Amino acid sequence: MSAKNSLARLSFLIFGFAFLYVPILSLVFYSFNKSRLVTVWGGFSTEWYGRLFENQQILEAAWLSLRVAAINATGATVLGTLAGLALARFGRFRGRTLLSGMTTAPLVMPEVITGLSLLLLFVTTEQAFGWPEGRGVSTITIAHITLTLSYVTIIVQSRLASLDVSLEEAAMDLGARPTRVFLLVTLPIISPALVSGWLLAFTISLDDLVIASFVSGPGSSTLPMVIFSKVRLGVSPDINALATIMVSLVTLGVVIAGFVMLRRDRARQRDLQMALDAPG
Amino acid sequence: MASSAADSASVRQAWNDPTAEPYIRIEGVTKSFGDFVAVDDVSLNIFKSELFCLLGGSGCGKTTLLRMLAGFEEPSSGRIFIDGLDMCGIPPYQRPVNMMFQSYALFPHMSVEQNVGFGLKMEHRSRSEIAGRVGQMLELVRLEGFGKRKPHQLSGGQRQRVALARALIKQPKLLLLDEPLAALDKKLREHTQFELVNLQEQLGISFVVVTHDQEEAMTLSSRIGVMDHGRIVQVGTPKEIYEFPGNRFVAEFIGSVNLFEGQAAAEQDEDGHLCFACPELERPVHVARGAGPAPQGRIWVAIRPEKMQLSLAPPPAAANWTQGRVKEIAYLGDLSVFLVALQSGKTIRVTRPNVMRHDDQGITWEQQVYLHWHDSSPVLVSE
Repeated sequence: MSAKNSLARLSFLIFGFAFLYVPILSLVFYSFNKSRLVTVWGGFSTEWYGRLFENQQILEAAWLSLRVAAINATGATVLGTLAGLALARFGRFRGRTLLSGMTTAPLVMPEVITGLSLLLLFVTTEQAFGWPEGRGVSTITIAHITLTLSYVTIIVQSRLASLDVSLEEAAMDLGARPTRVFLLVTLPIISPALVSGWLLAFTISLDDLVIASFVSGPGSSTLPMVIFSKVRLGVSPDINALATIMVSLVTLGVVIAGFVMLRRDRARQRDLQMALDAPG
Repeated sequence: MASSAADSASVRQAWNDPTAEPYIRIEGVTKSFGDFVAVDDVSLNIFKSELFCLLGGSGCGKTTLLRMLAGFEEPSSGRIFIDGLDMCGIPPYQRPVNMMFQSYALFPHMSVEQNVGFGLKMEHRSRSEIAGRVGQMLELVRLEGFGKRKPHQLSGGQRQRVALARALIKQPKLLLLDEPLAALDKKLREHTQFELVNLQEQLGISFVVVTHDQEEAMTLSSRIGVMDHGRIVQVGTPKEIYEFPGNRFVAEFIGSVNLFEGQAAAEQDEDGHLCFACPELERPVHVARGAGPAPQGRIWVAIRPEKMQLSLAPPPAAANWTQGRVKEIAYLGDLSVFLVALQSGKTIRVTRPNVMRHDDQGITWEQQVYLHWHDSSPVLVSE
């Protein structure tokens, strides 16, 4: 390999990483800017982090977003698991195609349309039944469950499709009724898929701006909505600080997940060695 | 071919006793999936303490039949009785039957002890009773000290034994085994075959084994049911199936065989032989006649390779021999296989045990040889 060639490769690598991470790093960098003007460096300071934690509006919005995301993720995981189970295990029942089509519809539907249709639904039901009384946390949560349900369903369905059916049959053969088979065998085995489904639903909800804007009411602005409305009036440095905190949390999560996976891989290799060493 | 270990002594031949009550009665069972008929009008009796093998190629319906016994499939028509009870509509978890799966289906998130004890836990037995019986089962399959391991920490043979222990712990009256040895290597498989037979005799419960491996079926079973295209083609002891195949499919499926097409003739010579002319053989074939009526129409004369003898000099008899040229010789250690081309162009397979270290006849490639057989060796089979 010539030196010229390896130089080209190295520059491609650097360019690739720069493309991905320079925007984030510049954001982190400017979050420590003393100046009020975002793009003018005025010396190092953690002033904006202090300001951030004094800003009641942002703190409340963050807390609201986390609550909505957690409730949404839990609800979507429960419903999505049931839907995935029905699609993967109940054979060809009446309306199966309809169910499978409807659960995946929100994936391909533009968010604006999902948001608008849910808003119309909530307004209509309020007029007809008096529920929901105004829009707020509950309507955002319901809307998010509608959206994220499809992700969980697909994850669970594909996990179940790759799960050996004879495991469930073996449990049944040993005297377990269908509910016990599900609780003692199926659920523990697919639990990693449920965890990833929950996390995906959580992040999608935390991230959503469009649907939340449609179905939220007064006093129930989520974090993305607050950030977006602030940015419209010009970027303020405390948003940089907030973004830096979020990026750090995500990075920490990814690093921990990677570390756990590495350890599990090593344990598996050790087990394999043990099985090979065993006689008979 | 090893003769059955089980039919030698211990199992009373219940299937020959007209008063014996079958433990499993399958009556005219058919199972179809859409247009495809997987099991076609099968009737079968299996008796207590029997080790019954369902033998057939892939897609012959043997596994579907087994799954109907376990309760995972319902027959489209016909009925299944186990111990006198109609199994129609009874779910798997209420049947007095346990199954060992081909993939073993060990629960990956449970230890060996938890896997084996699962069936008792479903019966809400006390913790101390479960622990005691799990210990006994692990002792039975010689896996003491492996109780705390997870399935992925075991070798293939150990997993197979865990699956067996788990299926046996509820002391079922009937154990179903789906290709129990398919995932093991050859050496381990031979060893395990005899272990399974011993275990079955020790526990005295009925085994129904599904397999595509004829040698495995011959070694294990008291009786074999040969299946083809969803139907039971022949039921019999391994010896009956091998020596008296009921039709051409069974003759070709079990072991290897030389088949010669012929026309059935009513001719008999003075010794009571049935006489045939086969176009592919030069000499007539004389078959010692059993009871039964003379066969009609198109038939095949089937002769097993080990029942033919080779010689360099022409045999004195007028019938039951032919000649050809040696095309291939395969030395397998315990026996040698000769492929002999007849003048008609047909290739015949002959095996000869290597009794002596040196072949005194010195038959080699391209040599002209004579093949002859006893009049009791050929079997007549129809389509």
